[in-house]
Amino acid sequence: MQAVSLKKFFDSGTLFVWMCGAGLALSLLMIGGLLALIFINGMGYFWPKDLVQFTLHDGSYVLGEVTGHEVIHDSVNADSPEGKGRIQLKVGNRDLYGLDFRWIDESHIQAQSTPTDVVFLERREWGNFYGRPHRVMQGDSVVASGHQEATTALFPLIDRANEIHEDIHYLERSVIGDINHEIEAQRLSLRALELEGRANQSEVATREQEVAVLQSRYEAEADKLRVLYTQLEEYSVVLEDVNGTTKELAVGQIIRMLQPNAMGVGEKVWAYLGNVWTVLSEEPREANTEGGIFPAIFGTVLMVLIMSIAVVPFGVLAAVYLKEYATQGALVRIVRIAVNNLAGVPSIVFGVFGLGFFVYAVGGSIDALFFPEALPNPTFGTGGMLWASLTLALMTVPVVIVATEEGLSAVPREYREGSLALGATKLESLLRVVIPCAMPGILTGLILAISRATGEVAPLMLTGVVKLAPSMPLDGTFPFLHLDRKFMHLGFHIYDVGFQSPNVEAAKPMVYVTTLILVGVVIILNLAAISIRNRMRRKYAGSTI
Amino acid sequence: MLVPQFKSGTIMDIVHTPSQKTTHSSSRLKVEVVGNGQKMMQEQKGQESEATIPGSSRPKIDVQQMNFFYGSNQALFKVNLTIPENRVTAFIGPSGCGKSTLLRCVNRLNDLVLGSRVEGKILIDGQDIYRPEVDITDLRTRVGMVFQKVNPFPKSIYQNVAYGPMLQKISSRSALDEIVEKSLQGAGLWEEVKDRLHASALGISGGQQQRLCIARALAVNPDILLMDEPCSALDPISTGKIEELLHSLKEQLTIVIVTHNMQQAARVSDYTGFFLLGELIEYDDTKKIFTNPGDRRTEDYVTGRFG
Ligand SMILES: Nc1ncnc2c1ncn2[C@@H]1O[C@H](COP(=O)(O)OP(=O)(O)OP(=O)(O)O)[C@@H](O)[C@H]1O
Ligand SMILES: [Mg+2]
Repeated sequence: MQAVSLKKFFDSGTLFVWMCGAGLALSLLMIGGLLALIFINGMGYFWPKDLVQFTLHDGSYVLGEVTGHEVIHDSVNADSPEGKGRIQLKVGNRDLYGLDFRWIDESHIQAQSTPTDVVFLERREWGNFYGRPHRVMQGDSVVASGHQEATTALFPLIDRANEIHEDIHYLERSVIGDINHEIEAQRLSLRALELEGRANQSEVATREQEVAVLQSRYEAEADKLRVLYTQLEEYSVVLEDVNGTTKELAVGQIIRMLQPNAMGVGEKVWAYLGNVWTVLSEEPREANTEGGIFPAIFGTVLMVLIMSIAVVPFGVLAAVYLKEYATQGALVRIVRIAVNNLAGVPSIVFGVFGLGFFVYAVGGSIDALFFPEALPNPTFGTGGMLWASLTLALMTVPVVIVATEEGLSAVPREYREGSLALGATKLESLLRVVIPCAMPGILTGLILAISRATGEVAPLMLTGVVKLAPSMPLDGTFPFLHLDRKFMHLGFHIYDVGFQSPNVEAAKPMVYVTTLILVGVVIILNLAAISIRNRMRRKYAGSTI
Repeated sequence: MLVPQFKSGTIMDIVHTPSQKTTHSSSRLKVEVVGNGQKMMQEQKGQESEATIPGSSRPKIDVQQMNFFYGSNQALFKVNLTIPENRVTAFIGPSGCGKSTLLRCVNRLNDLVLGSRVEGKILIDGQDIYRPEVDITDLRTRVGMVFQKVNPFPKSIYQNVAYGPMLQKISSRSALDEIVEKSLQGAGLWEEVKDRLHASALGISGGQQQRLCIARALAVNPDILLMDEPCSALDPISTGKIEELLHSLKEQLTIVIVTHNMQQAARVSDYTGFFLLGELIEYDDTKKIFTNPGDRRTEDYVTGRFG
């Protein structure tokens, strides 16, 4: 009786359905857990936390943000009833303490408070400062003294300093950058003339004259720059940590001052959004552990776009040939198997290939042919945006080929025959009917390719990614898109910040933030491709794909 | 026992009970006359009534000793027949007997089938279409085709009709507009779609889609229209519309239609060919095929006694 019902249970497929459901649930749980971890840690980074001041039994004070808590299984403390745990604090003040983080045993704590007058200073060097401003100085004379007065006096000074920094940035990047660019162009054209043996006296003279003009313009701008730099040094502030240790700091070194303990929720939300914007829009500072990651976001997106532009035509052409033109025989089957297996080759192998083929062989030849004047400095003969994108395109082309072939197979035979019967040639049928109908399939391939390429790091390390790129691959100087330049990438940024930085603990939140943004970029790129695909699907609603 | 049992009443109006067996031999002779192709046809030209093909109409398509192979599988065996101009010719026969195969030989759509092979000739206007120098795309613009599976492209109604002309590099907007309007009118669809020419062709009814496919075929101005079971997926009203259309279209076109619907063949066609296992068993006046067929197998088939 029971055996029969058990057999019935097996035969009914209920068990199978449950197993499928469990498998799906497990996958979702893992993905969901991962995303939740990244999301919570990443989003938490932006919140201005309260600064907690601890009074220890030995009479000293500690001030900082609470970043962790841990139970100690230490036999020494096991018998003391209250000291079962310890707290991790971000105490900042790296210039004073040497380390940003500190663990305090709970058993050593006598009291804890959140004084409203403590400030949090974001500095251009040495990380954050937690403490109180003691007095503000102009040169040697005191402008304001006392915690309250100094703090109030400091706010406008910081704003002013930031404006000066913007001016400096503009002068250095745009004005002086352009002048340097022109001087370099003159030098290169002179060198090119020499190489071609056409460098006569007058040519050389005109160029030298132009360089001299540029040089004098450069001097003028450099003078302005020096003035701005001295202005930054004009005011300074004497800071005091919780234990009374003082430190003098030029106001120009300060980016931002907050009094988190005095802020209401509204102010904190505002500061939170400001922090998000900073990360999204600014360039990194201090070995990438502070500031923003805009260049990395930009580099990632641009690289994926260039890769897409390269991979789609390439993959579609290959798939069309394989599916529509090649005689379906043993050879085509072997090619198809080879293409599928290409997707399983470790990405670092593609990186090595990209380095050897694109960078050294193709790039080297381009340099020798078109940029001989710049040698021995390589132009294309070194890793760069173009080569990294092409390497990734090569890596993802199998995905596009497979998806396109499937898309082509799904185009109903009636469409092809209908087109041919109207006097279309095979090519015309392909271009006007078959490929448009296969477009959703092609885009599915592109979506998969984008997902894979965005998260890829290893091949990029060989073909053009750097931890800190001096200039963006897209800017205002002709020809605007500089595919030869090295670039930053979110995936590499995670690796660099998380594992290569001197201060791993301080960099941890940045790793989460970068990961969160990388996931966000993947999602946004995919959503864009999916929405295009859905538009196409609606257009070709009759097709079965 | 020989009296056929018609399941449907409508056909009774057209088709009368086949009578004496005595006529069989004479009709068989006529099949041969027709089947022997152009030469015989030419001799008959000008003769009235007695001829299978009335004098007003010239032979348009002439199939001679046609064998067709899908790889090693032979689908057509020594088929001979002559299809007259400006008439509707129907192919009937059980499934798999090679009707579509023959139809698709006329516009050489079978060329696409890997490993297929043709023996014999098909002449259109006296020219063999299987000569190597024939331009296939040119041939296909002269021989339009409407398929069993309704297949408008996933484009707008306008783009569907303009597809053929655009392939012929007609790009002037006004010329295209004119062709589209004329073709849609020719297919009896203009009134129904003129306000939504730029809507998707997949958004109209199945019957309208099939007429759109006819309009699309008409747009390249063919002399021959091949129709492979054009109504098999349509309701009686849409079918009726398309049948009416055939009557008006045959004034400019030569139409060949494959159908499984005996009543339809009887209603719309002037001539009917009956196929069985790749052979043309009988080819004659439609009236004759349905009232007084020359072959026992034809009789069995048209009376519905055939398996
Ligand atoms: N592409 C093909 N490859 C191989 N054999 C084919 C192919 N198309 C048709 N055949 C074979 O050729 C024979 C004739 O087929 P055809 O399609 O001409 O029949 P039909 O008379 O149109 O049948 P139906 O009424 O079912 O459409 C059949 O035996 C069929 O199996
Ligand atoms: Mg058929």
